[in-house]
Amino acid sequence: MQQSNRLRPFFENITFDRADNEMILNFGPQHPSAHGQLRLMLHMQQEQITKAHPDIGYLHRGMEKMAENMIYNEFMPTTDRMDYIASSSNNYGFALAVEKLIGLDVPRRAKVIRMMLLETNRLMSHLFWLATTALDIGAMTVFLFAFREREYLMDLIEDYCGARLTHSAVRIGGVPLDLPDNFIPDLRKFLDKLPENIKDYEDLLDSNRIWLMRMENVGVISTEMALSWGCSGVMLRASGVEWDIRKEEPYELYDEVEFSVPVSDKGDNYARYKLYMAEMRESSKILYQVLDMYEGTQPALMAHAPQYISAPKLDIMTQNYSLMQHFVLVTQGMRPPVGEVYIPTESPKGELGYYINSQGDAYPYRLKLRAPSFWHTGILTDLLPGHYIPDVVSIIGTTNIVFGEVDR
Amino acid sequence: MRAYTPKDNVQKKPYYTDRYWVAPQVAKHEVSSDAVFARDLEAISAKFTVLEAYIQVDQMVVIINAEDNFGVIELMKNSLEYNQLSELSAIDWLAAEGKFEIFYQMLSMSKRKRVRIKCKIDEKESIQSVEKLFRSADWSEREMYDMFGIVINNHPFMKRILMPDDWEGFPLRKTYPLQGDEFASWYEVDKIFGKEAREIIGPENRDPARVDRYDTERFARLGHEVPRGADISQGEPDTPLVYQESEGVFLIEKFDAEKSVVISDRDR
Repeated sequence: MQQSNRLRPFFENITFDRADNEMILNFGPQHPSAHGQLRLMLHMQQEQITKAHPDIGYLHRGMEKMAENMIYNEFMPTTDRMDYIASSSNNYGFALAVEKLIGLDVPRRAKVIRMMLLETNRLMSHLFWLATTALDIGAMTVFLFAFREREYLMDLIEDYCGARLTHSAVRIGGVPLDLPDNFIPDLRKFLDKLPENIKDYEDLLDSNRIWLMRMENVGVISTEMALSWGCSGVMLRASGVEWDIRKEEPYELYDEVEFSVPVSDKGDNYARYKLYMAEMRESSKILYQVLDMYEGTQPALMAHAPQYISAPKLDIMTQNYSLMQHFVLVTQGMRPPVGEVYIPTESPKGELGYYINSQGDAYPYRLKLRAPSFWHTGILTDLLPGHYIPDVVSIIGTTNIVFGEVDR
Repeated sequence: MRAYTPKDNVQKKPYYTDRYWVAPQVAKHEVSSDAVFARDLEAISAKFTVLEAYIQVDQMVVIINAEDNFGVIELMKNSLEYNQLSELSAIDWLAAEGKFEIFYQMLSMSKRKRVRIKCKIDEKESIQSVEKLFRSADWSEREMYDMFGIVINNHPFMKRILMPDDWEGFPLRKTYPLQGDEFASWYEVDKIFGKEAREIIGPENRDPARVDRYDTERFARLGHEVPRGADISQGEPDTPLVYQESEGVFLIEKFDAEKSVVISDRDR
């Protein structure tokens, strides 16, 4: 059935016999350090890159199109599949955007639980980043260490919502569940041990000669370049811009907790590595404060807005009108007011924004997902030229791109 | 008779609408209610025509003419301290008014303000690239072209970004079906095996829940197992289910709950 002449590789506008002795290297899409399905077309003079074309779209699932054909609550599990390393932060961004559209206020306990989820997700994401980047560079031990710690956090999340990777642990209007009994003591145990763990990683990496050679003064992003390319998160802060959405445009309880925003003006791989380590410490600082906030909150978990949010289970089972409303909200979906919002949140990767245009229907008229990794991949076009082949691996590593998010 | 579906919008429709229901609006506030936005708007309207401006959910929305897009964004970047273009995309209003709406989401870090610049263009109209001002527009404009077919003038590398280069149709238009169109269903077959293999392979089915009951070539049988490729169109043989484990699995001892150790407290 298969004809041998059909499956010939297809190279777009590329010739291999060039007079100027330039070689073209296809890096990916199946390269283990490409963090998913990234194809880089690299023009090379010997080992040096002269031109780079990132080629994306191998994981494109058309999430924006899917969103236009789903009711709002139905889309929530799909957001898990964007940045699947820290899926609660995607859930949260979407829930927050819809809540802003409706004009909803969330009960305090739900806010506290969301803060815990967001920060544990940040820790998970940063640990995962450290593990894979260190592995790409050859530090196997760090990979095993960081994955061990991440495993504890995944167990914690599993205790909370039953899922390890695709959490869907946030609902529009609150959170679905209260914390299980063991959650707070277990998280506290983990946090007590985390500084030792971070110190272990730093002892292994900070002054490691190979690590320094691969990281220092490699992949330097200037402030202008980072701003112009729409960089956010660590990519921006490593280039000397002090901008953290949690601090500057606080949402949830970030204005009540105390934390600092680590910044560096070096802009190289090593600066980004240091910032990730510092952010883990800040996250644990936030988590300690949030753990104390949990006590003394009222038990309500979902906002009271019968037009948009189903009533609590007790009401649904005992009151006829609540049951009817629940039925309508599940089968037809909520209908937010006519209008549009763009809500940015600080996900572990950077600025994760949801633009929603609602026409008063049960389906969003247009939903645009602003995923930070998209621009952090784009910047490779300008960043890679001048570097050498081994640098590509460490630069892709520190950009911390996730392809579920780039391609959506 | 088959229900009529409008061809200019094939998106999913709610199956029930209350004809007395009036959709509420997200509040729009006067720009003058915020001093920073009011000053910015004044600077913009001094040089360009502003069709409408308001504040919605703490962000200013400015609607301008499409030909002013480069000028307005240049002014915002150079004089008004809006130093990042966080997002840029389009909305398909072709069914309602035959136009695309393009929005530029901008951020000023020094003022901690976000502004959305919007303009409308006709279906066949093209728009000026802002890539010279913000490099981030390079990829977002390519994505906009890829998804909506809006052509960008003066773009350095106007190519599709997410879809394959030889794709036909623009997926985010309201006329594009969710499961893909005719072209999409044959794309991989044509590309890999050639058009002549169409009859053998058949179109790609994008319904993830579809299982062909009589296809014994590609699917494991549910229920009764039959040899691969067996013809079951006349009914399938009655095969009793036999579990390999009923006699105990080779090399694996039977699990004894009495002897097992339960680790109740893990050292986190």
